[in-house]
Amino acid sequence: MATNPMQQFSVHKIGPEIKIAGIDLSFTNASLFMVISAASIALFLFLGTKEKRIIPDKIQLISEMLYSFVAKMISDTAGSKAKPYFPFIFSLFMFVLLCNMIGMLPYAFTVTSHIIVTLILALFIFIAVTVIGFMKHGFKYLSIFVPSGVPKVLLPLITVIEIISYLSRPVSLSVRLFANMMAGHTMLKVFGGFVISLGILGGWLPLGFSVALTGLEILVAFLQAYVFAILTCIYLNDALNLHH
Amino acid sequence: MELEAAKMIGAGLAAIALAGAGVGIGIIFGNYLSGAMRNPSAAQKQFPNLLLGFALAEATGLFGLVIALIILFAF
Repeated sequence: MATNPMQQFSVHKIGPEIKIAGIDLSFTNASLFMVISAASIALFLFLGTKEKRIIPDKIQLISEMLYSFVAKMISDTAGSKAKPYFPFIFSLFMFVLLCNMIGMLPYAFTVTSHIIVTLILALFIFIAVTVIGFMKHGFKYLSIFVPSGVPKVLLPLITVIEIISYLSRPVSLSVRLFANMMAGHTMLKVFGGFVISLGILGGWLPLGFSVALTGLEILVAFLQAYVFAILTCIYLNDALNLHH
Repeated sequence: MELEAAKMIGAGLAAIALAGAGVGIGIIFGNYLSGAMRNPSAAQKQFPNLLLGFALAEATGLFGLVIALIILFAF
């Protein structure tokens, strides 16, 4: 039995050990749940777009809602120039959302509660946005570090602060998602432990809390996926529309 | 002092950071509500910004919690 609230985050191998050039590439429960989320997204959208009816059924309606939700988010925050990046942001949003939501099921593993997963996603976004910025504007892209309308005396200081804040983007983006998911799941398990330890008499209060926290965690799971996607849009907006 | 005890105290101190997150979330929701009461027609449009602010404020507190958990479990 798992008595430690951190037990749920342990990664273990499923199936045989695979080692290629000294790197452990075994299939783990983390990879299993990543495959499950990716497969369920693909299956869901395939079923949703199979029959293109004028009066949509439920599954098509949800797919269309997801599409228009992300499309509106991109056009609101990053403008029409960000249209070509819709597939990337849509898949990013869906993947993070599904990983968070599948993690809410009992006995499931939350992929996004591991810093390495979120850090790779955030680093990918960071590098991509930087490359896009340099491709669109050349060396003029460096002017995002120099905001306009700042007094000359403050300019060196502001520039250093801007560079630091730019470089800390992947860290804050990844730690935000990871910390939210990990803290929420730890909290759920701690309250679950209170239910057992207080027994049949006192256990009802933490049980009620647990139910309320599960609701909150589902909200947070959606919200963090939304924030992850919208911050990607904001970074993309900085790179595409260069006026600070 | 024993290392184990020092770890516990350090983790507890790091968790104080969550107080700031509580204050921040309270300010965000309170100000949204007072703004929405004054001008209900503009409230719906600012709802995404409310959620964004909530998530950003909550995350800063959780950074402190991560430090606490690192002290407890990683060292």
